[in-house]
Amino acid sequence: MAESIRDKVAIIGMGCPAWGERWDADIFDLITEASFAAFDDAGIGPNQIDAAWLGYYVNDFATTGLVLSQTLQLQQIPITRVENGCASGSECIRGAAYGLASKQYDLVLALGYEKLKDTGFGGLVTSGAPGKVYPMYAAEQGAAPGRYAMAATAYFRKYGLSKEEGKRTLAKISVKSHRNGARNPRAHLRREITVEQVMNAPIIAWPLGLFDCCGVTDGAAAAVMCRTEDVRKFAVNHPHDYITIKGFGIAASPGWGKERVDYDFTYWDATEAAAKQAFAQAGITNPRKELSLAEVHDCFSIAELIGVESMGICGYGQGKADVDSGAWEQEGEIPINISGGLKSFGHPIGASGAREVFEFYTQFQNRAEEPSRQLKDVKFGLAHNQGGFPGQFVCGITITGAPDV
Amino acid sequence: MESLKDKVAIVGMGCTPFGEFWDKDPVDLIVDAATEAYEDAGVTSKDIQAAWVGYTSQDTAMTGIILASALQLQFIPVTRVENACGTGAETFRGAALGLASKTYDVVLALGWEKMKDAGFGGIGQAYPGKWHPVYGAAPEVGGAVARYALAATKYFSRYGLSPEEGKRLLAQISVKSHYNGSRNPKAMLRNRITVEQVMNAPIIAWPLGLFDCCGVCDGASAAIMCRTEDAWHFRPNGDFITIKASAIACGPGWGKERMNYEYTTWEETEAAAKQAYAMAGITNPRKELSLAEVHDCFSVAEMIAVESMGICEKGHAKDDIDSGAWEQGGEIPINVSGGLKAFGHPAGASGGREVYEFYKQFQGKAEDSSRQLKDVKMGLAHNQGGHPGNFVCGITIIGEPPSRS
Amino acid sequence: MVGIVSYGAYIPIYRLSREAIGSMWMKSLGKGEKAVANADEDSLTMGVEAVLDCLNGMDRTKVDALYFATDSPPYVEKQSASIIRAAADLREDMLTMDVAHSLRGGSTALKAAFDAVKAGSASTAMVVASDSRVPAPNSDLEASLGDGAAAFMIGDTDVAVNVLGSYHLSSEFIDVWKKPSDTYMQSWEDRFVRDEGYMKVVPQTVMGLFKKLEIDPKEVAKAAFYGPDARTHAAMGKAMGLNPDQIHAPLFDSVGNTGTAQAPMTLVSVLEQAKPGDKILFANYGDGADAFMLQATDNITKIRNKRGIKGHLASKMMLPNYGKYVEIRDLMEWEQGRRPSRRSSLPVIWRERQHLFPLYGQKCKTCNSIQYPKQRICMYCQTKDNFDLIRLSDKTGSVFTFSMDQRAMEVVLPKVFSVVNLDGGGRFYSVMTDRDTTKIEVGMKVEMTFRIQLEGSGLYNYFWRVRPIRC
Repeated sequence: MAESIRDKVAIIGMGCPAWGERWDADIFDLITEASFAAFDDAGIGPNQIDAAWLGYYVNDFATTGLVLSQTLQLQQIPITRVENGCASGSECIRGAAYGLASKQYDLVLALGYEKLKDTGFGGLVTSGAPGKVYPMYAAEQGAAPGRYAMAATAYFRKYGLSKEEGKRTLAKISVKSHRNGARNPRAHLRREITVEQVMNAPIIAWPLGLFDCCGVTDGAAAAVMCRTEDVRKFAVNHPHDYITIKGFGIAASPGWGKERVDYDFTYWDATEAAAKQAFAQAGITNPRKELSLAEVHDCFSIAELIGVESMGICGYGQGKADVDSGAWEQEGEIPINISGGLKSFGHPIGASGAREVFEFYTQFQNRAEEPSRQLKDVKFGLAHNQGGFPGQFVCGITITGAPDV
Repeated sequence: MESLKDKVAIVGMGCTPFGEFWDKDPVDLIVDAATEAYEDAGVTSKDIQAAWVGYTSQDTAMTGIILASALQLQFIPVTRVENACGTGAETFRGAALGLASKTYDVVLALGWEKMKDAGFGGIGQAYPGKWHPVYGAAPEVGGAVARYALAATKYFSRYGLSPEEGKRLLAQISVKSHYNGSRNPKAMLRNRITVEQVMNAPIIAWPLGLFDCCGVCDGASAAIMCRTEDAWHFRPNGDFITIKASAIACGPGWGKERMNYEYTTWEETEAAAKQAYAMAGITNPRKELSLAEVHDCFSVAEMIAVESMGICEKGHAKDDIDSGAWEQGGEIPINVSGGLKAFGHPAGASGGREVYEFYKQFQGKAEDSSRQLKDVKMGLAHNQGGHPGNFVCGITIIGEPPSRS
Repeated sequence: MVGIVSYGAYIPIYRLSREAIGSMWMKSLGKGEKAVANADEDSLTMGVEAVLDCLNGMDRTKVDALYFATDSPPYVEKQSASIIRAAADLREDMLTMDVAHSLRGGSTALKAAFDAVKAGSASTAMVVASDSRVPAPNSDLEASLGDGAAAFMIGDTDVAVNVLGSYHLSSEFIDVWKKPSDTYMQSWEDRFVRDEGYMKVVPQTVMGLFKKLEIDPKEVAKAAFYGPDARTHAAMGKAMGLNPDQIHAPLFDSVGNTGTAQAPMTLVSVLEQAKPGDKILFANYGDGADAFMLQATDNITKIRNKRGIKGHLASKMMLPNYGKYVEIRDLMEWEQGRRPSRRSSLPVIWRERQHLFPLYGQKCKTCNSIQYPKQRICMYCQTKDNFDLIRLSDKTGSVFTFSMDQRAMEVVLPKVFSVVNLDGGGRFYSVMTDRDTTKIEVGMKVEMTFRIQLEGSGLYNYFWRVRPIRC
């Protein structure tokens, strides 16, 4: 019978150099910087790696796992490219964990990256829809802001928020993310903003405005992993302050939300399912209490709001109350996106899932770059990562934690 | 580290016919292959706990959602893996590691490709590794044919074959593949050809002509997998197969830039074979393997791959080909299915299709009795993506299950 | 004294015979042929070739200015000289300038370069004139317009050709013109242009020069000047008071009229044969005229290590028919490609500028291996970030293996992909251009050439290819 992955696998080194618009850096630079930061952190060399999992989304600049071996000059090891849209970052860590738990490999690398700023335009490349591309039907029905905006409209209506109230609630989320990001030296967008600025920003897809959208960013994040019993063998730098995987949840939605009459756009069904899997594996019953922090996939402000509700960290329709009370702020009941989130830290697609884990790793080790950002008593962290659109998501949740909890 | 040998079993398989299916889309291919596999294993979609899906082209789909939305899978983990034409092997490996890590009990591995919606013959352009607009971009420095042709030129030159002799040698390989394929009802190209036809066919990329190239087509293949201890539940008669080895080797690339790359050996295949033989405990592949399905996207690919796997000594393929050692009745049947050449090559589906050939041969279920091999114990599926000097190679060795303990 | 310290030239390898043009249009065009740029060439790439020829044996780090003259610039907005500078690996801290819009651009640029060196604002300046003007099919110009380039290095030390003086005349006379929206150049009745243009403006300017310098036409050893065709050219010389043996005819029947490059190429041809002490008249036409009196010094015999006109002229391949000419000069609307369009990316080109334009590879400081393209980690010894840059554009090499793709996205098929082991180390994967497919073999020697690699994202994406060593 199947058993939980809890505590079988450890992360002993991570790297996540500062994200931003890296006109000076190509894919090789991003990969080299992140992987060597992780190697150095773990205290290992690239030639010790037995296998690697690589996550990225855009097929225009690379295909296969070869981009990793080409960059690091890795010699004939298995490298698997995993792709699940914006959730590719979670998938690379999950693939690595199975490789270890199955005892096929002893020391592996998981790396997510994305180079988005070589395209010649702002915003995201439109590579088509997740799932099958219907040339006339679905492919032309809107890129990410338009798709998420449908959920915002539906949410406002279902919970009786006026447009003004709804936008103000979302604005507060963005203001929080920027406040957190402003104090994070690795973040892309590092200035604080006000609710009025968010409210008055140009509309991208009504009701979402410019400041409801995350940064389009270049970046990479990497993790060096081994089985927990081997930590002392490999992690010379981290024999004690390593973290373990507590649970994974991956859920691919069948994807017909926008065509099904029973989907109302106010919850993320794939997130619900993935959270259920991950909480079961991690043994978490009350996430709001048990989690020290949650990094939530906030490609848009509305995505954070609904993402938190869908994971059961907040009751359905209760997001506004939490936002108003400051429950998701750094000092609140459960800090959401203490890193700045995708909104402010940036969102290089394939890298975000691993970057979210990096935030927990850094907080756990008391290594937040700026002391005012440091949380206390960090035990469990959740990284929520999703690809696709409302009604058509694949969600990855990675729960990591202190080895001794 | 432990060997994967015999930990994981394949209890059901499906494979669509391969061909130009103007009337089928990705959903049709996926449903057809999965349905055959479900029925073969006696399971339904509800039994599947996780899935790995492989495809290469991001123009027709993205993420794992394509599989969930085609099969209406309800919020289970679906991971898309991509390693170009070596993607098929990755789906099996992902599934095997998921099982061996004991996270899941019953999983689906499915590879598919819809190539005939592109609007042109041949394959689309994708550059394994990093895309470079001027230097490395595939259309500028050669699609697959031109890249493999470089190896043919060098092989001829190195082993002292005149272009005429070299082309004749390769022609014999294609003639064999078509002969095998002509008796395989699911194969794409079922016509027999002569050496003269191959020699006189239009040149695609000198020295390779039309009949040196595999069929570009649509298709899908699928496998239902579980841990070996659970396999008897699905197939009480023991007519399932187990994975003896699953190896992936990603080269560092740069063969076309590295002075020490010879073009007459597939280094990645050599490395993957070494990994795989070690896992499977094979010391003399030529004797121990009942058959080998080899990635013959081009005639020269089969020749060099067989040499690189140590099934034939380097530079001695000519002796083998002239003596018929690779024919059905020969010492080691190579591509008794017809191979990519005649069976066809929907990029993401081929790795699984190769395993399917062994599965049917092992069960004594070759569709045309004249194709049925005797005493089938162990088979090798060789699958590679990329180009000479820049490959990722996957080798899956499958065989008779261990006796029930 | 200021003068020319080096020269160079370039003629594309393909030639089209007048017979082939005549047989297409069923008319008699006489003997002779014209040079035709390959599909991957334009005025810019030919300019690079001429500059590199001119730089042969010279110190490229001393060049302080580069003037590029053409009437067929690849971009209407976007400097070409800056790309030529980068491809030729000239220093960044220098003046670059395009001189366009007149057949006289080459000589005008030469004047500017002489003046810059004389004024001390540049110690060494380079002038390159290049043209690849496409004449309208079946026009009178079609048989005569050819493609080519010439380059000069101007300095004040080791001068091979002194400048004794110059004379300039500006004229509002309109003869040929082309609006940005025009595909082909336009002109007026040839008799008007000849009688009131060439025959008057150029002799008038040359006479002004003779008078200014008090030189008798008889002192001229050779004259290099612009003319639209052999007959008019000869008549123009006569009008200047020159004998036929003083006139060095442009390469009308072997290269054709190369526009902006014609008079400069003729001058190179003269300099290839000039003796020390020879007085040389150089005159150019277009919206007026420029005339220079030059005199070769003893150094003239020391700079003959160039391919120049003579070398490039001897190295040629005939286009088999007019159809191949139509193909490589893109004179028809072709079947629309069904493959995805090609892309390019400006940040990538910017990041890789050193590796794309002057073709710098890297040499690992740990294991000394030369490698291309740019790496962070050594391909051979896996040392990280420990490289020196090394220029590969001046390397030769030998073909390790090749293939010939009949279906590639390329105008001239088959596209020949070549793995080239460079002399001195390093391997370069490339497209082979200017090649005879029946003669390609493993081991053959090749050299680098700067070409249009592709047109993607609306840009000309220039890069290096290889070609069989030309001469």
